[in-house]
Amino acid sequence: MASHSLALQHHFEDAEQQKDASTIGMWVFLLTEIMFFGGLFLAYFVYRQEYPAAFASASNKTNLLIGAFNTTVLICSSLTMALAVRCAALGKKNLLVLFLILTLLLGGAFLGVKAYEYHDKYVHHEIPGAHFDCEGCIDAGHTPLFFALYFGMTGLHASHMLIGFVLLVILIVRAQKGAFGPEYHTPVELFGLYWHFVDIVWIFLFPLLYLIDRSGVPK
Amino acid sequence: MITAPPIVEKPKNYLNVQSTLKSWLLTYDHKRIGILYLIAVTFFFAVGGFFAAMIRLELATPAGDLVESNVYNKLFTMHGIVMVFLFLIPSIPAVLGNFLLPLMIGAKDVAFPRLNLLSWYVYMTGGLFITYVLLTGGVDTGWTFYTPFSTSYSNGYVIAAGLGIFIAGFSSILTGLNFIVTIHRMRAPGLTWFRLPLFVWAHYATSMIQVLGTPVIAVTLFLLVLERGFHIGFFDPAYGGDPVLFQHLFWFYSHPAVYIMILPSMGVVTEIVSTFSSKKPYGYTFIAFSSIAIAVFGFLVWGHHLFVASQSVYAGMVFSILSYIVAIPSAIKVFNWTATMYKGSVRVTTPMLYAFGFIGLFTVGGLTGLFLSSMGMDVHLTDTYFVVAHFHYVMVGGAIMGFLGGIHYWWPKMTGKMYPDGWSKISAIIVFLGFNLTFFPQFLLGYMGMPRRYHVYPAEFQVLNVLSSAGASILALGYLIPFIYLFWSLKYGEDAGPNPWGSPGLEWQTSSPPPPDNFEVTPVVTEEAYTYKKQEVVQVG
Repeated sequence: MASHSLALQHHFEDAEQQKDASTIGMWVFLLTEIMFFGGLFLAYFVYRQEYPAAFASASNKTNLLIGAFNTTVLICSSLTMALAVRCAALGKKNLLVLFLILTLLLGGAFLGVKAYEYHDKYVHHEIPGAHFDCEGCIDAGHTPLFFALYFGMTGLHASHMLIGFVLLVILIVRAQKGAFGPEYHTPVELFGLYWHFVDIVWIFLFPLLYLIDRSGVPK
Repeated sequence: MITAPPIVEKPKNYLNVQSTLKSWLLTYDHKRIGILYLIAVTFFFAVGGFFAAMIRLELATPAGDLVESNVYNKLFTMHGIVMVFLFLIPSIPAVLGNFLLPLMIGAKDVAFPRLNLLSWYVYMTGGLFITYVLLTGGVDTGWTFYTPFSTSYSNGYVIAAGLGIFIAGFSSILTGLNFIVTIHRMRAPGLTWFRLPLFVWAHYATSMIQVLGTPVIAVTLFLLVLERGFHIGFFDPAYGGDPVLFQHLFWFYSHPAVYIMILPSMGVVTEIVSTFSSKKPYGYTFIAFSSIAIAVFGFLVWGHHLFVASQSVYAGMVFSILSYIVAIPSAIKVFNWTATMYKGSVRVTTPMLYAFGFIGLFTVGGLTGLFLSSMGMDVHLTDTYFVVAHFHYVMVGGAIMGFLGGIHYWWPKMTGKMYPDGWSKISAIIVFLGFNLTFFPQFLLGYMGMPRRYHVYPAEFQVLNVLSSAGASILALGYLIPFIYLFWSLKYGEDAGPNPWGSPGLEWQTSSPPPPDNFEVTPVVTEEAYTYKKQEVVQVG
């Protein structure tokens, strides 16, 4: 198909159709992601409804300061990602690469902090299993459920961050080679959607896991 | 017959444009990917059929003389897993849908050809996991994986089987996603939504379920694997969890999954009935929206699997009523197919025989579903052979009849060859008779109280069980014959020509087999689907 530009695949009529198709595809994919996380959120709501005291006291074991710090880091990475999309649309290649690298660094910082938190949980026997021990918790028999959900939800979230990490590296390499400009930057835009989605999941996870019953009398 | 116009130089088609193995395994052509899927699902159909044969063989006598109970548990589990996840779910969408959707909407390909190929590899990876489970000793939980048996007590390979289904699920998601975008953005100029063939509407509804439902079973199996593999518990009461939550999550996908199996089949039957009645389907918009309605309501009925699982009576009533409501769009389709045939010029061809079979068997399967969705009746019938008979009437009598009908209807398009008319009609009749002999006695067995999933039973049930096993062998013969003559036709079949059935559908306006890019020039659609013109009505066979 000689008349087509390199970025246009031959089964599309024009660039607009291709971009439209990719964008709808990404939104539908995000819909599947919502349903994917939805199962875990449902489990969370069911069990928190059933065992509120166990959830409240187990939630107090999480590190609020670190969680809040990580939330900030992630929101900043969403900002740099949004700026990257804007720069791609304006054709500012160097700024695009810079913002993508910043996003990568912030995402990496988040994952590093998360790894530290997991280690901390391991040290304090807060991973469900044979060595589980929730010291001083109310309704201790049901506290493993909280931590199972904690690891299930944040683990699934972190694995999405890892996938995003890999995709970001590919984007940075392509951006450095000048693959994106005002005419064609769909991959940057769609990755932005994905990255914001992963952020939004965290925005829900943070209060659900870290902020239960923080206002009450310390137990 | 339509006489083909004289061809000076035969243009290349999608089959002979390249012939290396690599050109097949790395193809982005939706037609070739459809063929890859056809080969794979046929293989897994044979595997699942083997387990069915073993089950029926064991049940020919009341005693457990062929296999022990733990082996029997594995037989019905593997039969269910292979048939549901590796055959029924991908069968029509991934084979016929893949092949036909772009042709029907006048596109060169699906929106994401690379994702399409990826979905096949993902499916095969899932299939490999399950094959590994088969070869190393199987799994005995039933295809439903109910906890805490599956996570704490089963001796089978639950994790590998769960991962296999998890992976295969993503191929289903990718197919659904691809179809949704394709239908939205790849339609030919002039092809508005209400000019689409109803097969496309059926696949649109199916894709909605695949995209919204499959992620839920994926996350459920993810939790199952965490619980069994790492003792990070969610469902086992020993970890503080609730096993009924698993059942809710499981059926939230697995009930709509039934509609993933039956909706595409309904789309196939609509096409067949219209073509061989030479009539526009009666009530086009009703059929189109009934597909959507089935997809939407299908998501709201999962609780009828939990009538006896500690669900509250109030919730049970709501789920019961919602389950009745699904019968309405299903019945609309059955009425409209018969109304389409009424005063049409009906031609009794092989695909039409399968469509007749579908309409009759699906009606029985659907109506017996109403027995099961009424709560009082269900207490008596739950976990009996009545349930087994009901869902086999829908899945085998419905989905597989539609699949075979579709294969026979579009075989000339896919291969450019005709199969022998006599043999194909005989085998269609054998399938119908064998099917009824296999599964109708099971309604009676279940009503009399024979439970499912046991390898021994009281002697008084033997006559009906022998009838059922005899029917299964006839059914197997009915499946074997098409396998032989379809292969035979590849080499010896008559050339079909572009439009052997005289259908106005877009897919019949290109040559058979179609060229790699489907159409020489992108078609422009100027009229509604199913506009039959006098000269197109021709007799075949």
